[in-house]
Amino acid sequence: MANPNASVQARPLAAPPGPLGLLTTSVGQKIVMAVTGLILVGFLLMHFAGNALIFMGPDAINGYSYLLHHSHGLLWIARAVLLLAVGLHIVTALKLAGKNSAARPQGYRVKRDVATSYAARTMVWSGPIVLAFLVYHLAHLTFGVTPGPYAHSEDNVYANLVQGFSIPWVAGFYIVAMMGLGNHLFHGIWSMFQSLGINHSAYNERLKRVSFGIALVITFGNISIPLAVLTGIVR
Amino acid sequence: MKLKLHIWRQPNQSAQGAFADYELGDVSEDMSFLEMLDVLNEKLSADGKDPVAFDHDCREGICGMCGMVVNGSPHGPRKSTTTCQLHMRSFKDGDELWIEPWRAQAFPVLKDLVVDRSSFDRIIQSGGYISARAGSAQDANATLIPKLDADTAFEAAACIGCGACVAACPNASAMLFVAAKVSHLGHLPQGQPERYSRVRKMVSQMDAEGFGGCTNHKECEAACPKGISISHIARLNRDLVKAQLTAAEEKAVSEGAG
Repeated sequence: MANPNASVQARPLAAPPGPLGLLTTSVGQKIVMAVTGLILVGFLLMHFAGNALIFMGPDAINGYSYLLHHSHGLLWIARAVLLLAVGLHIVTALKLAGKNSAARPQGYRVKRDVATSYAARTMVWSGPIVLAFLVYHLAHLTFGVTPGPYAHSEDNVYANLVQGFSIPWVAGFYIVAMMGLGNHLFHGIWSMFQSLGINHSAYNERLKRVSFGIALVITFGNISIPLAVLTGIVR
Repeated sequence: MKLKLHIWRQPNQSAQGAFADYELGDVSEDMSFLEMLDVLNEKLSADGKDPVAFDHDCREGICGMCGMVVNGSPHGPRKSTTTCQLHMRSFKDGDELWIEPWRAQAFPVLKDLVVDRSSFDRIIQSGGYISARAGSAQDANATLIPKLDADTAFEAAACIGCGACVAACPNASAMLFVAAKVSHLGHLPQGQPERYSRVRKMVSQMDAEGFGGCTNHKECEAACPKGISISHIARLNRDLVKAQLTAAEEKAVSEGAG
């Protein structure tokens, strides 16, 4: 019988050796997703820790902001790393998603998912939601250019937060966006370990619990801030 | 029991397929799923119609030939069971069954429920071998293998290459299959000489065949009739990183050590 996939018969040799060769493979691209994801999760944890200073009053969080803005370029180094991580995470995700959808041109009439989760199936949607939020969030609290009845101040972060989150739709949007982020992290953090090959029967359950724990801390920790302003706990 | 069947019919690879509906009565609960299809095919032949083409061979669940998606599950609803070992007692009178072939770019439909899985063969050809010493057979226990390694290799070696992992994966990824082959040989001393070149070649071939990538849905593990774990995928990832970053064999060859 004539081979229907004759075009792929000529066997490709292995990818070129070295880290750049690794990036040409689908597995290597998953590793890019995992490493950039790790950087971003690390950022999210630190960002939340910084934000939580709002519960200690204006001086604490404004002092932290002052420290960041007078860090002799460290802030810009961190920003450059984060920007690169976000960029690579998105570009690689698009590449992988394109390959994945091309791998099944004709779908099933009936398909029953048994092991996957809602979070895993919606990564390709929760990602863009987080990106849209990121753009709004930077415009709102970093550049202070979003419309609304509040005045942005360069050195009073506390006032910016309280003013912004006093508007119910702004606070509501933050809360909904954090749930989208939580959904992304719920699958993403555990997935990161699996893609990096960090998997051992003795540690898998603990690793899973730690992953979900980090996702919960980031999600509900961040949600607590607009919620605290909205309910008048922080004013 | 009486069943309502919707079966994917496609005369050849280039034709457009469609579901055909059949009513089948007198199905015994003791029949295997394939025997149920045999009964349907006898009826179709007697009526002068083209029987439904499906792959099968041993009908003992060990050869990897059979496989179809039944109501959205590769190999049907029973866990760790191939289609041939699935019995009609898993269904009840009046059930409506949607029967489809594996769906993947790398598994083109040849006819009805038969798909071409030679992409798997080419992945095996690319690296699924070991260098064996020629000469007289060596004593069976001459090479010692730790129990855990032997067991892990055996779990991976249970892969029959049926393709259910690809069929179940939302991305039509072949990672569980490739990982099983890499793990099977890589856990044993006999597989060490090619361990790192093997993983590089097999992943490269897998990508070239047009399979999707792994996004850790775990659907493959749930659908695998041999219950092969996704921990083998993590191990493949580890091996590939190490192989790419060291690429020992190529280096040795280019320096004239080969």
